[in-house]
Amino acid sequence: MPDGSYAHPQQRQFNPYTENGGTILAIAGADFTVIAGDTRQSEGYSIQTRYAPKVFRLTDRAVLAVNGFAADGNMFVKKVKQRLEWYRHAHAKDMPLRAIARLIQTMLYAQRFFPYYVYNILGGIEEDGSGAVYSFDPVGSYEREACRAAGAAQSLVQPFLDNQIYFKNQQLPPGQTRPLHLSLSDVLSIVIDSFTSATERHIEVGDGLEIYVVLAKGRGPQGLEAVRGAQELTTNAEGDRVFIVRRELKKD
Amino acid sequence: MNSVYSGPGFDFANTARNSFLESRGLPLPKATSTGTTIVGCLFKDGIVLGADTRATTGPIVADKNCEKIHFIADNIRCCGAGTAADTEFSTALIASNIEMHALSTGRKPRVVTAMTMLKQMLFRYQGNIGAALVLGGVDADGPHLFTIHPHGSTDKLPYVTMGSGSLAAMAVFESGWKQNMTREEALDLVTAAVSAGIFNDLGSGSNVDACVITASHTEMLRNFVKPNERVQKERSYKFARGTTAWKKEDIRDLIITEDITVIREGEAMDIS
Repeated sequence: MPDGSYAHPQQRQFNPYTENGGTILAIAGADFTVIAGDTRQSEGYSIQTRYAPKVFRLTDRAVLAVNGFAADGNMFVKKVKQRLEWYRHAHAKDMPLRAIARLIQTMLYAQRFFPYYVYNILGGIEEDGSGAVYSFDPVGSYEREACRAAGAAQSLVQPFLDNQIYFKNQQLPPGQTRPLHLSLSDVLSIVIDSFTSATERHIEVGDGLEIYVVLAKGRGPQGLEAVRGAQELTTNAEGDRVFIVRRELKKD
Repeated sequence: MNSVYSGPGFDFANTARNSFLESRGLPLPKATSTGTTIVGCLFKDGIVLGADTRATTGPIVADKNCEKIHFIADNIRCCGAGTAADTEFSTALIASNIEMHALSTGRKPRVVTAMTMLKQMLFRYQGNIGAALVLGGVDADGPHLFTIHPHGSTDKLPYVTMGSGSLAAMAVFESGWKQNMTREEALDLVTAAVSAGIFNDLGSGSNVDACVITASHTEMLRNFVKPNERVQKERSYKFARGTTAWKKEDIRDLIITEDITVIREGEAMDIS
């Protein structure tokens, strides 16, 4: 009340979460995985930064993309990396991908009643050498998939992926065959086109694109040497290999 | 009741139903908004107006190249921000009334007249018509530049901005505007101000539209700068013939043939 009394009940609220926009996406191939995200971080109608990475290399065979509340995302990646380092010290090897997926589930569910406000997509190579994508909800429900988009433009990108990766709503024309797995160059094209298209129609997507490519051990570069600006991040050349490809996106 | 006659002005017949639906948890459909950066700037010989070309519905871009500089009269233009339909209909209505006014007075319309008509209309609707406008033109009294807010308040200033990108654009004006600029200087400043909105405000984007109004001439510079052209796609997405599944086929002949049987031969018409 204006006189300072409490004649009516009052309620105060503090909302610890914000939504920072952007989009991430991952596609698994037969012996490779591509994980990508844009680099714009925004709040409301303002751009906080044009370069805030959302995709992180965890090991030579695992890459994690985080989207949603940026502060939680960064903290979560930091804690996952810490747990992976402890694992290395205890077992003298990198944690397998499926184990990282289960670890992430446990870490997310531990925060069941004050969740990390993030959608995680984990991509990489399994122990059998196959490409894999794991997608999570904010409290740890997860699933292995061939492809997944998350974030602001999920509703724009996922239907496109369903059509181009799973060939949904496409009848096989007579006399034509469908490849069992897409090639790396096809997947890279689809990823780049997904982001340029999302940038056209979603205001929170743009500025820059970071694409991580994980190749299974002993596989050739699969045309990656021809991709402009591909850079290798691998620490141990004997195992699976990680590359990064960067592209500019529109800045309006 | 149930008359076929509909009175002038807005129809409020659905308001009771819609507010009931809203109270039951069905939200009203979202109107297209011109998120927008619009600006206006006075210079030596007249007015330069500027606008971006993005229209949005929430976070989705509804139109990548819309026109936000509307016609009022030959010597007056108006930039619109806010609810797209409201800005379009308000400016179109006032353009009509200004034309009628010019015809009945036999004089060239004045910018204050348009401004007064707009503010009185917007005030009457208590802000429910979501139009935020930048009105500019040159008349018998010289150049004039106004902003009009949705509730009907107005400002008369030498440089103005409105819309979600107004702060970004005003920052440019505050650092770069000076008195008695040339046409080129003013156009450059307006382009820089709108560009600041396009690149720093997510509600604004795509191209810069500009309009230069002087005592003798009005020049509309549609898509004056296009700094956001889409790059070529990596792949073609043309589907092979036969991709789309179909359930039934029905081919119809569009040429209709009729046999006409003459029952009775009539007498020829007298055309003499």
